[in-house]
Amino acid sequence: MFDIRPVETDYVRQRAAEFRAQVARRLDGSLTEDEFKPLRLMNGVYLQLHAYMLRVAIPYGTISPDQMRTLAVLAEKWDKGYGHWTTRQNIQFNWPKLVDIPDMLDALADVGMHAIQTSGNTIRNVTTDAFAGAAFDEAADPRPYAELLRSWSTDHAEFQFLPRKFKIAISGGKKDRAVIAAHDIGLRLTEQNGKTGFEVWIGGGLGRTPLLGQVVRDFLPEEDLLPYVEAIIATYNLAGRRDNKYKARIKITVLERGLDVMRAEIEEEFLARRRDFHGADRDALAVFKDRFRAPSFRNAPVDGYEAERQANPAFRSWSDTNLHQHRVDGYASVVVTFKAPGQTPGDASADQMRLLADLAERYGHHDLRVMHDQNVALPHVHKSDLPALYAALREAGLATANAGLTSDIIACPGMDYCALATARSIPIAEEIADHFRGLGLEQEIGNLNIRISGCINACGHHHLGHIGILGLDRAGVENYQITLGGDAYDIPAIGERAGAGFPAEQVVPAIDRLLRAYLEVREDASERFIDAYRRLGQAPFKAALYPVAADA
Amino acid sequence: MSKSFPLSAARPGVITANDLREGHNVWMCADGWTRDPRHATVYDDEAIADLALLQAVAQSEIVVAPYLVEAKRGPDGPEPVHFREAFRQRGPSNYFHGIQADQQAEASHV
Repeated sequence: MFDIRPVETDYVRQRAAEFRAQVARRLDGSLTEDEFKPLRLMNGVYLQLHAYMLRVAIPYGTISPDQMRTLAVLAEKWDKGYGHWTTRQNIQFNWPKLVDIPDMLDALADVGMHAIQTSGNTIRNVTTDAFAGAAFDEAADPRPYAELLRSWSTDHAEFQFLPRKFKIAISGGKKDRAVIAAHDIGLRLTEQNGKTGFEVWIGGGLGRTPLLGQVVRDFLPEEDLLPYVEAIIATYNLAGRRDNKYKARIKITVLERGLDVMRAEIEEEFLARRRDFHGADRDALAVFKDRFRAPSFRNAPVDGYEAERQANPAFRSWSDTNLHQHRVDGYASVVVTFKAPGQTPGDASADQMRLLADLAERYGHHDLRVMHDQNVALPHVHKSDLPALYAALREAGLATANAGLTSDIIACPGMDYCALATARSIPIAEEIADHFRGLGLEQEIGNLNIRISGCINACGHHHLGHIGILGLDRAGVENYQITLGGDAYDIPAIGERAGAGFPAEQVVPAIDRLLRAYLEVREDASERFIDAYRRLGQAPFKAALYPVAADA
Repeated sequence: MSKSFPLSAARPGVITANDLREGHNVWMCADGWTRDPRHATVYDDEAIADLALLQAVAQSEIVVAPYLVEAKRGPDGPEPVHFREAFRQRGPSNYFHGIQADQQAEASHV
């Protein structure tokens, strides 16, 4: 299990103390709000619709039981008893008081956590596959590289004032579970001639101009990771636009200047910068690889697991949907979804956080991962422990068998919390989930990614949903646009807008028509919604969404 | 949301902000700031509203991010025009938190 180094714990304590002093100066009038705002944003403190919001970093989604318990303390002591998992593997608290935030940061610092670079035009949390170190199809564990990037990018003096925020994702598996095509830099671990390295993507991103990234380097040897990433960001730092916030992300820089121009500049910069790296990065990588070594896996029979599957249909259903294949025989990775009936997607209570911490210690080799789809994974669970784990989760309302199904919806906080939102997301997600659960259609529909954003900034990744829903303000009324055919994983694709938007109360009927049409036209149960969409195109689905008046 | 609107007698407005120390939503009223939007002062004269907004901005040791927003007169005081303000005056729809909870707590103390 990863332990943060003592020197960094000192660093985060020092940063917490610095922020405490800044808050004090704001309260006594020494700092104006204009002066204070960039300082609070550097520490993850936003002002939202009803209150301040604190976004805490969970580096590459990896979190220890002690750290998880600290999040529970924050939720209970300084918030309203819960936190919200974000689509970038972080957690947000929706109700902190500014006067309490220094105490919250101190409590986080005690377990090596912080909120640094969770906002601002800096390099944000590096994200990765939630099953890192566990997935059966992994070329290499991405976490040591993610940690190398994290420690290098934290407080990197050159990159504190980029043209815009900057997001990096690393994928280790053959299947990309880190959505690298939708990041400013996407890194896919691969091998060439027996050497480990990366396929490097740049220029992906969602928001108002959704674009998939492009491969800028087919193979980057692992030892060149930092100089090359530094070269990309340095090139962007100079070439990126600062005149227009909406054209400031690297995706626009690549779009406007062309990939070849960017590649040539990056390669030139890389050659110059590589000379300044004298091996400290490679030494650090070796240390991190050792720190992320695999736990001592058990070799034990799995008869109890098979017997429970036969005896308990609910357990069988859950283990069919919520397990992911592990690279070690006898093990599985478990997905705990935070999408139970009536639950806000991604909201976790303090009690649930503590339970996860306990269960990770008892059954999960002390390892927990926050997933980008607002769920939590226990990456290493021996199958003989699954019945007991399931029973404990079920008692806490955390054993919903819906991972990857219709009700496993990604939704941003929307206008229930967010100051930027143009419409609500959460009630739409809850209504869709309730509707299809009520009909008992989820299992029949099978794998389906529905994603909802409450504004064009696309925190709910609606462009990547098989069905995407975008909430807008149309003449003072909430209105929802539907996109179809997006995909985050197998064949990355940006969804296409189906047509005119729907008022809130017509969204569920529209999705109902859409999915009934899918059940009609699919070849068999193995053809998922996205597969049928790719085979048939938009026409039959558009016809279901917008039936002609004569049929009505 | 600093987006403005043409304030007039037909389209009055209120001034709202967040409490600097605690973050909750507040509205400018006769004797300072209130957590109850129904007690907000309604402005229907542009010059007076502009002056009040300047005064709100000057109170940066009490509030943060003040702005003028459209409201309509109702039987119990000003009411929101846009749904965003309605949510700010009520709280989120997924939990009984925010102003709606404050108002219930207050009512139960009466």
